[in-house]
Amino acid sequence: MAKGDARLFNRASQVVLVRDGDRTVMTLANDFRGDPKEFAVVVPVPTFLTRGQIHAGERSLVEHLDAYTAPRLVEYFDPDPCQAAAYLKDAISMQAVTVSAEAPLASPARAKSLGVTIEAQYTVGEYDILILSAKESDGLETWLRENGYRIPSGASRVLDGYVKQKMRFFVAKVNLQEKARLGFSYLRPLQVAYESPKFMLPIRLGMANADGPQELFVYALTRRGRVETTNYRTVRLPSDQEIPLYVKEQFGDFYKALFSEQVRRERMESVFLEYAWDMGWCDPCAADPLAREELKALGVFWLDDPADARRGGGSNAFVTRLHVRYNEAHFPEDLVFQETADRQNFQGRYVLRHPFTGDLSCEAGERYRNDVARRHEQEAQNLATLTGWSLGMVRSKMKLDPPPDSKKWWERIWGK
Amino acid sequence: MGTRALRAVSFPLVSETTGPRRALDSRDPRLYQIGALSALLGYGMTALSFDVTPARAALLLGSALATQYACTRIWRLPSFEPKSALISGLSLCLLLRTNDASLAVGAAALAVGSKFLLRWNGKHVFNPTTFGLAAVILATRRAWVSPGQWGAPAFFGFLVACLGGLVVLRAARADVTLAFLGGYAGLLLARSAWLGEPLAIPLHRLQSGALLLFSFFMISDPKTTPDTREGRILFGLLVAFGAAFVQFRLFRPSGPIWALFALSPLTPLLDRILPGRRYDWAFPKGVSDETRASVPGLLPVALRGEPSGPPVLRVLRGEGRREAL
Repeated sequence: MAKGDARLFNRASQVVLVRDGDRTVMTLANDFRGDPKEFAVVVPVPTFLTRGQIHAGERSLVEHLDAYTAPRLVEYFDPDPCQAAAYLKDAISMQAVTVSAEAPLASPARAKSLGVTIEAQYTVGEYDILILSAKESDGLETWLRENGYRIPSGASRVLDGYVKQKMRFFVAKVNLQEKARLGFSYLRPLQVAYESPKFMLPIRLGMANADGPQELFVYALTRRGRVETTNYRTVRLPSDQEIPLYVKEQFGDFYKALFSEQVRRERMESVFLEYAWDMGWCDPCAADPLAREELKALGVFWLDDPADARRGGGSNAFVTRLHVRYNEAHFPEDLVFQETADRQNFQGRYVLRHPFTGDLSCEAGERYRNDVARRHEQEAQNLATLTGWSLGMVRSKMKLDPPPDSKKWWERIWGK
Repeated sequence: MGTRALRAVSFPLVSETTGPRRALDSRDPRLYQIGALSALLGYGMTALSFDVTPARAALLLGSALATQYACTRIWRLPSFEPKSALISGLSLCLLLRTNDASLAVGAAALAVGSKFLLRWNGKHVFNPTTFGLAAVILATRRAWVSPGQWGAPAFFGFLVACLGGLVVLRAARADVTLAFLGGYAGLLLARSAWLGEPLAIPLHRLQSGALLLFSFFMISDPKTTPDTREGRILFGLLVAFGAAFVQFRLFRPSGPIWALFALSPLTPLLDRILPGRRYDWAFPKGVSDETRASVPGLLPVALRGEPSGPPVLRVLRGEGRREAL
């Protein structure tokens, strides 16, 4: 069974953005595997957050959303060419997964002299949360460092812009007692709800300490339609292509290579659209659509609006999965999004076609055999183009004969 | 409204009476504009896979031309002039995104129709493309503009700048473009300097195909910008401020387009404060005495077309202000 391993992309973060009007619910998933003591996040947020605007959510929700939106393989089995009709067997999902997080602990007192204000302090689930504002970035950086946050050296330069825009800083670390009491073996995703016209994701802070490109998945849930970036190009991942059967055994490698190759072609300047679909259904389904309760838990707050409840059929949530690999050189500014009215469905979908293997001793069978040979050649080329793998390697893995036209023209004159 | 519209429309007669003879006059900057926009659209549809199908492009262009034709008949203009409608249609292909074909038709019709209906003092108030886009987006919320679709490759910015520069220079309206670009770039750089952001951030924002398209093909529209150089520079700067306000205070995308839409009604006011010679597509570099004498009907119509002030004096004053270009 060719199930893509969940831990495909290292250093990947996953963020769910629920957005309608000026309201945003952001879920920051993490797959932090180290000592919980070491875990901390610092996120610039546009507004002050009260206790009620922060929540520790369920990790399974993000995993489900990831699975539902993941690029998929579909398999078709050719019918007996001496008879007829093709059918779909099943869809195998492929998932991508997170890591996030950096440093440790905190306390107030010296804050004031550094121009840092601890505006609020909450314990939410297993997390201790601080909402900070600052007069200047150097003070904030010093404060964070003195309180045990391992802030990268370039950070104050990046923090400066956020400080001047009067953004707040959402700082979370793990409260070990609460964690022990609650008994979770992992860290739950943090969720924050706020109202601000800014529809963006601050990525610059994360790049300050990155030792290589970062990987980010954004799952946007909206009422009207697809989400795209306004300050970077959003391009669709190549999709709907037939690829060789052997990819089934290494779909994870295929997806990684495919993504890397597309990033290379776009000179690492684009954001990739991997999925855009009405939450009500899917075809084929990599995983079941999220249930209404799951969507609500992720922050889809408009499901109970009477105006929406009346709409029968499809759901009122549209999901967009964006995937981006970025570094400071190619993504100098934070990601800014807009919701469009586009409700056209799109999915990363790759097709495996199993040839018919039974008796081919009929006239149509002979033609079919030739078609299959041509098709295999096409599949090899598709795969090589999509992933950047060498055509020779793909061909040998497919155990294809070298194509007749691979001989030089002069070799064909006198034989061999 | 009706009487004003009818009286005001007398102005296009100036440039469009002599239609057939001048239809292919290479001095008309609109021919360059059509060529440049077509090239951009071709590039966008192939290399950048814009979300516009050939069928959608045909629909937009067809609707724009059909509206122009219908309005030509309704207002009894002497000849059908497709160039300006074609420019509006091409610009909409580049900018308007919607899943709904009827909205595409509506946007094209509103864009071209606005030239005939929303007039003040013998000039249309809105750049047609800007009006069509804004009206459809505001009224239905089922259309959008994708400012990020161009990406930011330097060579592409260069290409657009060159093509656009050509158009603007031919249209003798580089001042409004330069005022806008200079003002907007200044605001972006100043804001980033204040925020302590690296230079890469404002540069990335300026390296935008959407911004260049706007600067060289939309705000530069000589028919909807003020008549004098001072007026145009002021207007360009105002739009730059408006664009930055939309982008960095309201946090909405496509700031320049919204700013142009909101500020276009100021043009008649600027023309009142700073009166000058009206633009004529047929004479991008100003009207010489010889051409004036050689174009029958120009002077009388120009007299009719100026609703305020002693008309003869007006034309003469315009002549005195002729630009250096």
